[in-house]
This record gives sequence, C-alpha cells and structure tokens, in this order.
Amino acid sequence: MAARTFTIDGQLISAREGETILQAARDHGIFIPTLCHLDGVSSVGACRLCLVEIEGSRMLRPACVTPVVEEMVVRTDTARLREYRRMIVELLFAERNHVCAVCVANGHCELQDLAVTVGMDHVRFDYTFPYCEVDISHPLFGIDHNRCVLCTRCVRVCDEVEGVHTWDVAGRGTDARVITDMRQPWGESHSCTSCGKCVLACPTGAIFRRGATVGEMERDRNKIAYIVAARDQRW
Amino acid sequence: MNKLRLATVWLGGCSGCHMSFLDLDEWLFELAHHVDLVYSPLADVKEYPDRVDVALVEGAVANEDNLHLIRQVRERTRLLIAFGDCAVTGNVTALRNVLGDPETLLRTIYVEHADIAGQMPLAPGIVPRLLDRVYPVHKVVPVDVYLPGCPPPAQRIRALLEQVLAGGDIYLTGREMIKFG
Repeated sequence: MAARTFTIDGQLISAREGETILQAARDHGIFIPTLCHLDGVSSVGACRLCLVEIEGSRMLRPACVTPVVEEMVVRTDTARLREYRRMIVELLFAERNHVCAVCVANGHCELQDLAVTVGMDHVRFDYTFPYCEVDISHPLFGIDHNRCVLCTRCVRVCDEVEGVHTWDVAGRGTDARVITDMRQPWGESHSCTSCGKCVLACPTGAIFRRGATVGEMERDRNKIAYIVAARDQRW
Repeated sequence: MNKLRLATVWLGGCSGCHMSFLDLDEWLFELAHHVDLVYSPLADVKEYPDRVDVALVEGAVANEDNLHLIRQVRERTRLLIAFGDCAVTGNVTALRNVLGDPETLLRTIYVEHADIAGQMPLAPGIVPRLLDRVYPVHKVVPVDVYLPGCPPPAQRIRALLEQVLAGGDIYLTGREMIKFG
C-alpha cells in the first residue's frame, strides 16, 4: 500500500494511504481529543472534538474521518481549535443534566476527562435542564438520558459488531434520544441480545449496569476493538 | 504585612465544601498567619462585612436569602471564588430544576408524599422562599475564580489559597485542580 508523507504540528509523518489523520496522529503519539470515536466501530465525525486545521482549507476537518493526503499540513493544537473544543464540551454539559457528583461513571467518564483536557473550569452557557427519562426496564442494564451525549457509539457497536441494531436515534435537535427497537422500553425489546456491548462502549454514565452506584461503573472500552480483532483473525 | 480579609459563604449546598476546608487540618494554623477570617458559617458574624479581600462561596443560588447574600458578597468583595460544584454548576442543588416550579415541587414532596400531617412549608421571615430555578453563582453575579469538585479536596483548596496568598494571577489547570465530581 502506498505511503503518504505530510506534517502534523510541524512533525514529519509517514502514513499508509487511506489512513485517517487521527490514526496517523495516534501512531506518532500526537494527541487529538475525541468523544464519538471508538476503536472497533466505524467513525461518524459527530462530536467535532477532533477538528483540525489543514493549510489551504478554510474549513476545519474532523480528523477521525479525513484521510491523509500527500504533503498536507495539519495543525491540531491552535488557539482557535482549543477555544472550539472547550466550547463543544461546555455545550455538551449544558445540553443535558450531567451531575458528576452523583453519577455512576464519576472518575471513569470520558466527558469528565475531556472537561479537564480542554481546561473547562465552568460552563459559560446557560444550562438547559431538560427533563430526561431513565429506563431501567431491562433486567441487567439501564439507560439514563440525562447523561447521554448522543455519540451513537451504542448504535454503531450494536449494529456493526453484535449485528442486531437494537439502538437507533429518534427525534431531532434537543429532542433527539437514543432508542431501543421502535422506541419501546429496553426491557421489552425483542431484538436486544443482552450482550452488553453498548454498556462497554458508552463514554459516560448514560448506559450502565444495574446495581452500580456512584463512581462504580467502570468498563473496558478497549474490549470492543479486542472482540473485532479476534473475530477478524478467526474468519 | 497586612493580613488578607477572608470570608467563607454557605449558600445552597450541603456544607461538604466547608468540611473539606476544615480537612486542611494543621495548615489552617499556617493560613491563620496570613488571613483574618471576617465572615463564615464557622464564625459567629451576622452581617457580611465591607472590604473583604477573598470570599470562598459554597453552594448554588437557590432561595431569596442566597440571592440577597451573594449580591452583598459581590459588592463588598475583591476576589469572589466559586467554591465547589454547586457554586460552579448548580450540581445536586440544581437537580430540582428539571422537576418544575417550586410550588409544585414542594406540594409533591411535603403534601402528597407526606406520611403524616402533610403541609406546605410556609413560614415567611423564617424559611426563605425558593427561587423559580437554582442558579450557579456566575449566572447571578460575576465570579473571579472557579474551583470545581464535590467537594474540592483539601489539597486543591490549599493549592488555590497558596496562589491567592502569593498575589499573582490565579491559574488552575489539570485533573488535580479542575475535575468535577
């Protein structure tokens, strides 16, 4: 496969043709923040945290879905990008009811970690305080929409890895919610196999194992990539 | 050297941030060399004084007393620090915001769900009226410094106060200083 050489933050990078900027950056130890990205499932460029600047392009590009191009000049850590990333994280906090202190994922949450990474010491926007459902109709798992960031990792992992597509997204804008089957309670879903991959994939405390209390919801999100790799080798 | 005039304020919060402040243990003696504690729930002072240098404000703005006090605090304080998650985000205190107006909320809790003698908690002049919504402090008055944490660990409070005592710009960064929860 052809190699592509280009620069990220002034560093000369060599990557395979077809690789994304995010993959190439990670291979070379360059950190780009992500949220909706999850190793093992497809990328959708939804959260916009991995936006980077590319010289000659007026638009910012999401690194997770932008393939590398010969001689491109990428910048990942400019003042503009830092401000946008902090703004994105603040908007995520303002959009739902993220109360770290009483969350099952406290201390093991990618959103909480991102807030630290982008230097968010407070949210400048007005909190919206939406009313959100909590569905604990499933015997093993629960979903708390107060904590959902609509990254769609659960949708993708269920569809692409488990091959079931129990999860999807319904509604638009601030009314958007992840749903199970035809928007029925999770416990009444006919398609759900209770495999727990959505629980492994969730970046926040939105999807959790029942019985977990504050700070107890730890999960190994790398397991998804592990399952995918193991299956690829077998087949 | 003149001592800094320090105040600590308790709005709509559980006092956990103040407990964490007390967890500074023997460093409080060191702090006492540099500050005069001029107002605090830990000191018997009724009126928020003038010319306060630094105020640590715990809790969200949840009722009319909180609102009155935080405006006084802002007027009379040079450096106002939002102290802990309730002050910074609303946090647990603001959980009620999703449940509707205070009237309905109080009726649900104190009348409909009461086991015995359910009644509305109405005592003008004694129990302050709830605001329609709970607000983080910076939505009511300008805030100079934000110290997240539920509660902020004692070492985090100390690191902040050391910056305050040193006098320069205050800059908080990294997991040790700004992690929520």
